Amino acid sequence: MATTVFMEALSPTMEEGRLVKWHKREGDAVQVGETLAEVETDKAIMDLQARADGILRQVAVAEGQTVPVGKEIAVIVAPGETVGAGRGTGDEGRVAPSPAATVAAPSPAPRHSPPAAAAADAAPVKASPLARRMAKESGVDLKLLTGSGPGGRVVRRDLETAAARPAATVSASAPVAPVPPPPSPVPVSRTGAPYEDVPLTQIRKTIAKRLATSLGPVPHFFLTTEVDMERAAEARDALNRQLGDRGKVSFNDIILKATALALTKHRACNAWFQEDHIRYWNEVHIGMAVAVEDGLITPVIRNADVKPLLEIGREAGDLADKARSRRLQPHEYTGSTFSVSNLGMFDIDQFTAVINPPEAGIIAVGSIVQKPVVVDATVLPRRRMRITMSCDHRVIDGATGAGFLKTLKEMLENPLAMLL
Amino acid sequence: MATATAQPAKDEALLELQRRMLRQMLLVRRFEEKAAEAYALGKIGGFCHLYIGQEAVAAGSLAALRDDDYVICSYREHGQALVRGVPANAVMAELFGKATGCSRGKGGSMHLFDVSRRFMGGHAIVGGHIPLAAGLGFAIKYRGGDQVCLCYFGEAAVNIGVFHEALNMASVWKLPIIFCCENNRYGMGTAFERVAAVTDVVEHACSYDMAAELVNGMDAMAVYGATERAAERARKTGHPTLLEVRTYRFMGHSMSDPLHGVYRTKEEVEEQKKRDPISQLALKLKEEGALDGPALDALDAEVRAVVEAAVQFADQSPDPDLAELTSHVLVE
Amino acid sequence: MPTLTYRDALNQALREEMQRDPSVFLMGEEVGVYQGAYKVSRGLLEEFGPMRVVDTPIAELGFAGVGVGAAMAGLRPVIEFMTWNFAVLALDQIVNSAAKILYESGGQVPIPIVFRGPNGAALQLAAQHSQAWESWLAHIPGLKVVAPATPADAKGLLKAAIRDDNPVIVLEGEMLYNTKGDVPEGEHVVPIGKADVKRAGTDVTLICHSKTVVPALKAAEQLQEQGVSAEVVDLRSLRPMDEETLVASVVKTNRCVVAEEGWPHCGIGAQVVDIIQREAFDSLDAPVLRVTQADVPMPYNKQLERAAKPSPEKIVAAARRVCYLD
Repeated sequence: MATTVFMEALSPTMEEGRLVKWHKREGDAVQVGETLAEVETDKAIMDLQARADGILRQVAVAEGQTVPVGKEIAVIVAPGETVGAGRGTGDEGRVAPSPAATVAAPSPAPRHSPPAAAAADAAPVKASPLARRMAKESGVDLKLLTGSGPGGRVVRRDLETAAARPAATVSASAPVAPVPPPPSPVPVSRTGAPYEDVPLTQIRKTIAKRLATSLGPVPHFFLTTEVDMERAAEARDALNRQLGDRGKVSFNDIILKATALALTKHRACNAWFQEDHIRYWNEVHIGMAVAVEDGLITPVIRNADVKPLLEIGREAGDLADKARSRRLQPHEYTGSTFSVSNLGMFDIDQFTAVINPPEAGIIAVGSIVQKPVVVDATVLPRRRMRITMSCDHRVIDGATGAGFLKTLKEMLENPLAMLL
Repeated sequence: MATATAQPAKDEALLELQRRMLRQMLLVRRFEEKAAEAYALGKIGGFCHLYIGQEAVAAGSLAALRDDDYVICSYREHGQALVRGVPANAVMAELFGKATGCSRGKGGSMHLFDVSRRFMGGHAIVGGHIPLAAGLGFAIKYRGGDQVCLCYFGEAAVNIGVFHEALNMASVWKLPIIFCCENNRYGMGTAFERVAAVTDVVEHACSYDMAAELVNGMDAMAVYGATERAAERARKTGHPTLLEVRTYRFMGHSMSDPLHGVYRTKEEVEEQKKRDPISQLALKLKEEGALDGPALDALDAEVRAVVEAAVQFADQSPDPDLAELTSHVLVE
Repeated sequence: MPTLTYRDALNQALREEMQRDPSVFLMGEEVGVYQGAYKVSRGLLEEFGPMRVVDTPIAELGFAGVGVGAAMAGLRPVIEFMTWNFAVLALDQIVNSAAKILYESGGQVPIPIVFRGPNGAALQLAAQHSQAWESWLAHIPGLKVVAPATPADAKGLLKAAIRDDNPVIVLEGEMLYNTKGDVPEGEHVVPIGKADVKRAGTDVTLICHSKTVVPALKAAEQLQEQGVSAEVVDLRSLRPMDEETLVASVVKTNRCVVAEEGWPHCGIGAQVVDIIQREAFDSLDAPVLRVTQADVPMPYNKQLERAAKPSPEKIVAAARRVCYLD
């Protein structure tokens, strides 16, 4: 069964595309997710990817040609399959299917017409207008989603959850792509292949897009300070002794709380850059970067400045759990006014973090390390921690950032200062 | 002797006034006859209330007014508009709904306006314009002027609450207004005595401590005299006056109402027609030797020509531009 | 900036406009000697005299008509209704005279008039005295309708209304007269037709006007505690309505609740919903919900009355529903 390759809308506003370069030629074997061609949209040059495994046939658009979105530009046929009447070029037999493609492609038939999908086709999908628009723009097939709204209505959060989940919702006409293995924990394997191309998951794409809108356009600068964590450690130990079974306070909780309190004294750092204005927040909502299986997400602890440490700890734990199990609701990961990224547990001494726009700042927290420190002319072992603040220079100037960092340092070095 | 020379001059002025009123009444009569014809031909739509039979009221009362006085009317106001000097062309064009109408074709028969003549409109909710007259009077007093506001309404409006509200305020605030009730005896098809506990409208003036006069509405000079007295009272003292002008309409209530209908007899209408205000005034002028048959015929021919020209003008005028639909909803 | 009550802000607007323009006068029941049923006109009779601060008989239709007549002659009347419940008696003059004379005269006779007074329910005044009339009034072409919620808007919108060459309805609130806020001194004119974002937010838009701005802001606070960021948009002007601001907010938040004091059937909220479904259809993640007075005449009993009125809790509940949280 042949799959038609269309000129796709590769940007939300694209109406036509110029075919810059074919990466595959007539008769080449292709796999789902492979780049077939480069297409220039109204915004950029984008890859047009294969949505089926098979052999590329009927290439109907030459390089340099511009065609409207929706125009058929080729077909992908199963190895050995002939193209339908009136469409064949007559040379199918000339190109032998590549062994790799043959191996990679299991029988496509069941994936093209699964009974469930056919049934779903019959009933219209209930979705909010926004969800429909988002689905269209991101190429997600609404039929593959389970709506969480009344009567199974697909709503925004379902799209967002889907976007954070790999591969489950590939667009309507395409078969479901195999879930790629998460890249990091996989050891290098001696399979003979020099490399492996893994398609971007939606979350990875979103991360890529969001961070590219940060480090590129946002003029970052970085400030680092080293904080003595002895007293914070003592305070933590004392609190935990007192709490007993009632809970535990972590360094991370103390850092979140101290950051929130320091922000209340430095509103200039608790701000959003909004193109034509700066929104200085009076409320402090701390975004907390959480690493998840294939990316990261930043759930928000709202009003962290007024919440007790234990509550911050409990909320941070809940949010991190939810993040890892992908149960975060949109309101739980939007609206932060400043972020904290803590890689201390990964033994990172110091790093710089990328600002999460439209916020104007983020702090990157390293490990607590025992170091020899000169105290009153004596070298003593002290627990030290490095904090690096990334600032959006459009909002925060050097001295402003340094002032905030100084307050934060004071609070951590003398936790009683948080009471001030 | 001074009186000997003054007297003929005054008489001549009076005769001239009467000849002018006669011409105005004839103009109204011929205009309304043509309007009825145009209505029958479908050139005029909607409601159209004719003034035939009541011409002496408009002619007599408006003769007593100055150019800077205000006039405000109900929906039976073609006659007042013409007598006030709104050109017949502009009135007919308005009835035809044309762009050249005095309200640009957007008001129609019931909403004739000409601010340049302080002709403040026909208003189509019975009694609804009576407090507007009080407001115009209030504005005159507010500015310290000596103008008056002349307000026409039918006897049926007297049963509306706002008539009483307006008369009360006009009297208590001493507003220079002439409330001119044209009692033509029927509110649409209902005889006044069937729905009014007090059938002499003038009596309502007692409730509001207001000057009042009962006037023969078939006699233009009587209407003129009463209005002149009321206007002088208003200019000098600020006090309002209620005039009850007894008149009669020879036509139906509107064009959709037969001449007599079921609410009055043919005989009654015929009897009333003997009091035709135009014939009466013409006869009076003839008796006084101020008008002869040929002169009357010439006058009639002249106004017929004016009306004929008005119909032609209205016919040939363009409809309002479609953009007029949304203009004048608000002052931009 | 001085802090004034809503009442005094209106008083200031009247005084300043009467000082500025001798054609402006105030007319209504108890506006003069009694100093105003709600003391909005306090001190004006003493300053401007009885020709410009005119006590009327209890004759709403009559003095509304007097106002329109005076406006026909070029004066700029401000007609005070002791409440809009009584102004229903004057609707013929508002609807048939004020709103139409410009049009039916082919543009010859503008009606620069203001009709103002308290609208909607106060406390335990029962059915005939507890009614919100804005949808009746905003229905009429030829009128402008504004409903200020704050002292600053009350001053600025009343001044704009007096200067407007059209009939403008100013809907005040008995329960708002004592509320306080910063009010700019002197020349502070709020343009008619502009909504105001009273609180910014990202998750849901709460559209309100006049008295419902207060429960909407309270609801937004409660929602914030629940992790929902609500944007509160005060319509301020009901005719013309600021479609742009409403739509921009809903495009941002994707969810919307409309609150009003009036009854649900054919209410202001219905008009707002029409705009949103038309102009922001593809941005909607949930049907727009409305919070209104219960569809009953207002009861006298305190508990029943509370149950009939819009409240922060009702707005919160609706907001949570459009966010699919309940």
